[in-house]
Amino acid sequence: MIEIKGLVKAFGYMPVLRGLDLQVERGSFLALLGPNGSGKTTLMRILTALSKPTAGTVLIGGWSLPAEAAAVRAQLGVVAHQPLLYDDLTAAENLHFYGQLYGLPRPLRQGRVAEVLARVGLGARADDLVRTFSRGMQQRLAIARAILHRPHVLFFDEPYTGLDQDAAAMLDALLRDVARDGHTIVMTSHDLARAHALSSHMAILSRGKIGFHGLSSDIRPDSLPALYAEVTGAASVR
Amino acid sequence: MTRIAHKTTVQEASQQPAGAPFWRVMVALTAKDLRAELRGRELINAMLLFSVLAVLIFSFALELDRQARATSITGVWWVTVVFAGMLGLNRSLASEKDRGNLDALLLAPVARGALFFGKMFSNLIFMWIVAALLTLLITVLFNETLFLPWLAAVMLLGTVGFATVGTLLSSMTVHARARETLLPILLLPVSLPIILSAVRASTAILSGAPQEDWIAWPQMLLVADIVLLALAYILFDFVVEE
Repeated sequence: MIEIKGLVKAFGYMPVLRGLDLQVERGSFLALLGPNGSGKTTLMRILTALSKPTAGTVLIGGWSLPAEAAAVRAQLGVVAHQPLLYDDLTAAENLHFYGQLYGLPRPLRQGRVAEVLARVGLGARADDLVRTFSRGMQQRLAIARAILHRPHVLFFDEPYTGLDQDAAAMLDALLRDVARDGHTIVMTSHDLARAHALSSHMAILSRGKIGFHGLSSDIRPDSLPALYAEVTGAASVR
Repeated sequence: MTRIAHKTTVQEASQQPAGAPFWRVMVALTAKDLRAELRGRELINAMLLFSVLAVLIFSFALELDRQARATSITGVWWVTVVFAGMLGLNRSLASEKDRGNLDALLLAPVARGALFFGKMFSNLIFMWIVAALLTLLITVLFNETLFLPWLAAVMLLGTVGFATVGTLLSSMTVHARARETLLPILLLPVSLPIILSAVRASTAILSGAPQEDWIAWPQMLLVADIVLLALAYILFDFVVEE
């Protein structure tokens, strides 16, 4: 589903990704770990067609980036640490707006908006302005926005940033629920335990390359911090 | 441990929504901007307040006789619209960028040109609201009517050109740290031919000059608008690309 070969991204003379190779199986949930500056966000921006690679090939669903970016974009749903929502619109208006951009005709859109709002537990708040929502509710609405057009691939870029424990637990349940739909999911995170619990596969990014890639079930949760520290060269990891 | 990817079949992918048609994206984006602005009134209040204050200052500062009024007030009108417009242009894309919504727009499978025209139209509508109020205010304060058909046409052409250049340049400066100061520095010299043509035409129309003396200015504005719209449509994709 996602195939990356020899991916290089440099900003000026500063290489951020240095010949990265990665393959993500269709329907799998890949947790992408790595310290700050390891290139996670840069990789996510390339995979979501927001940034162009300096060299290498990226295929998503058989389409190549950046050449077939429009076809790739139609297959993607993205949840970032910012909710990507408009504060002065209601939850339903936000979703209708994005539904329009994704070409969902009005009758279909109305059904989908109600469906995804109910799914993320915001059905009763459909007509409330987003600015009245808590951070956790905004993140749930962001997920509703990302799955509205039923994409094949979902990218979550540090979706837990700024969430309290209750909101994070709610997001856990929602991510598990969304993963059961069969989307291919890539999530970046700094939370090793949570990433391990949610994902089917894990990859650790270090200095612009994949230092480890394997099945989550092959890694014991208590050995993950040591593995992470070994791959990234970190002194200690909780 | 690395797994082999399974590619999405063409048939599966064709079931994905292909993105909305050009005009629908444009309308959706403009409607979204207007709706959000109606609720938040972040932009329009600042633009209107600035315009009213600027015109009041001009009306106190300039003590004009009838002849001087005809040659000066169109300048007052254009200067105020241009600076109020810049306030709007600065915030229009910056508000998208600050909340990350610019990325969300660029993630959609739509023609980037449609995003440009959507933003440009909402900027233009805000400028027209300011322009309508200004026209009324100047008519009252300077006792000189600006409600003339040819004057309205020149104002329309001038604001279209200014909003086109302004939207394109603000999408370039939105990533810069000093975007509030950078936009006027870039926009004023680039839009100078549009502003000058518009002021010359407006002044001639208001002073009752014969049509053959000033008709070349609106014609020039029309050509400039067409060229600028085409250029902005082509360039916007490159401007927003990282």
